[in-house]
Amino acid sequence: MSRVIAAAPRNRPRRPRMGALERRNLRWGLLFISPWLFGFLALGVFPILYTFYLSLTRYSGLRDPIFLGLGNYERMAADPQFWKATYNTLYYTLLAVPIGVVVAMGLALVMNQKLREVAVYRAIFYLPSILPVFAIAFIFVVFLNPGYGLVNHALTSLGLRSPNWLGDPAYTKLALVMMAQLGAGQFALIFLAGLKGIPIELYESASIDGAGAIRKFVSITLPLMTPVILYDLIIGLSLGLQIFTPAYILTGGGERAAGPDNSLLTFVFFIYRQAFQFGQMGYAAAVSVVLFITSVILAAVVFRWARGWVYYEAVR
Amino acid sequence: MTELDATRPIARPVTRRRVRWSRVLTGSILPRIVAIIFAFLFIVPFYWMLISAVKSPQEGTRVPPTLIPETWVWQNFPEAVSFIPFFLFALNSLVITLGITIGSVLSNTLIAYGFSRIEWPGRDKVFYVCLATIFLPYPVILVALFDIFGKLPAFGIQGSNSWVNTFLPLIVPAFLGNPFYIFLMRQFMLSIPHELSDAARVDGANEFQTFWKVILPLTKPAVTVVAIFAAVAAWNEFLLPLLYLHEQSKYPLAVGLAFFTSEHDVSYNLLMAAATLVVLPVVAVFLLAQRFFIEGVTVGGVKG
Repeated sequence: MSRVIAAAPRNRPRRPRMGALERRNLRWGLLFISPWLFGFLALGVFPILYTFYLSLTRYSGLRDPIFLGLGNYERMAADPQFWKATYNTLYYTLLAVPIGVVVAMGLALVMNQKLREVAVYRAIFYLPSILPVFAIAFIFVVFLNPGYGLVNHALTSLGLRSPNWLGDPAYTKLALVMMAQLGAGQFALIFLAGLKGIPIELYESASIDGAGAIRKFVSITLPLMTPVILYDLIIGLSLGLQIFTPAYILTGGGERAAGPDNSLLTFVFFIYRQAFQFGQMGYAAAVSVVLFITSVILAAVVFRWARGWVYYEAVR
Repeated sequence: MTELDATRPIARPVTRRRVRWSRVLTGSILPRIVAIIFAFLFIVPFYWMLISAVKSPQEGTRVPPTLIPETWVWQNFPEAVSFIPFFLFALNSLVITLGITIGSVLSNTLIAYGFSRIEWPGRDKVFYVCLATIFLPYPVILVALFDIFGKLPAFGIQGSNSWVNTFLPLIVPAFLGNPFYIFLMRQFMLSIPHELSDAARVDGANEFQTFWKVILPLTKPAVTVVAIFAAVAAWNEFLLPLLYLHEQSKYPLAVGLAFFTSEHDVSYNLLMAAATLVVLPVVAVFLLAQRFFIEGVTVGGVKG
């Protein structure tokens, strides 16, 4: 590894010391990553610590924070709105994420077929996932309208019950779950890459052994896809707990209430209202801490649970 | 740039076998039916947006709705952009998107270089910390960040004393890197042979010159991916401009449309016309750069 180092003083041939090279690389390396390092500390670590601190205070954003101890947390435990937000967020997440995995897998399986027009399907499935969520939410206000929306018109034509999606608290979250499926194309592409990575010999030898399509899917495809499914679950969970924009748009900003019977009041919506509509920054910070801890715990639970079913050989 | 050709099938061709009818059914007819059903479900909300945008106000609220407009009122588009201050919002969206895109390209290329082309002690450990932050739910620090930006002086930029009510909290963080884009860019840079950097060093180039003259020109496909991802994300962002911008004249489309429809009685037709115009640039970018999108998503999935 004798390398000419440009930075070394000229006309003074020296034995290249590893220490010097390492120090030089360390300096350059840190210089190049310094924007991230600064952002990580100033817009990541510090705000998290600051959130913990604010959660122990009463703070409106205008005057200095007043130390409260665990007061905000006690208040949270007794606040029915907080529990409502917790319920709504978990309800949405635990429904939208598994359904999302199934839809993404379905789309990926379709895109993995040898159909001539497969590029068209890929464009149709993927495109909605990069369109603005706020615009899609506007579309769904019209699309799900009980009078002149298409969905209810179709349901009525088929003789089915047509629910008031955005007016009936039992259905508002289902509308959110439905809308979230338009984003499945992104994960479907990741699943598709996983499907393409499965050696075709496995399917061929299974065919020789007389396995049918379903058997091959259950015994080969599914086990080999488990790492990708785990990735989808973890990301989906994190995004699900953050759900805000569609709930905000569907409820028209939630000035009066976050949907009928507050049925669209999610964690982040609750934080938003407390901090930026009611000026309860300290209380909102405490809810943020709970969101943080919930996210970490849920991710840990999924990872732990995944040990039982993820096939790690597939990663290699 | 062949490695970015996402339309090329990756699977190996299957050896031909006897044609069996059950095979034809499961092989191409059944998947095609499923594909068309899925495609229909994915298209239909946007079809509804388009036809609602061109219906007359009377027809737009008729029960039951017409599946194809009886009269095509193209006038809805010019009416929507003049009733809603559309171009003002679009200009704000454009400025914010441009700022975020420039910031993302600049910062993430530099940072990824530091995480891939220079070997320094502890590099990979630090990179894992960087990766782990992908999983952090961003809204957790919303309150604290708002308070911090509210205390930073803006010296009258956009007529504001603090960063709040300026574009700064939206644009400046893009200059500090994004773990997902760093990951993407790093994957790409790792695939460039080390001999190229070594040759540049032998020629007396320092790390910055190597980055600028050797690596960056070779990273163009990844730069394109990061640029379009960052631009689309910026165009679509809703929560941050909602928090930080407090004057209608500064709103991007996302917040502008939401605010305007809650303050004024905007008919659904005009709202759908505006939504169409918001969606259109993203569709255009996608059609122009489809393979970059698909490559970017797929690289992101490798870490799973």
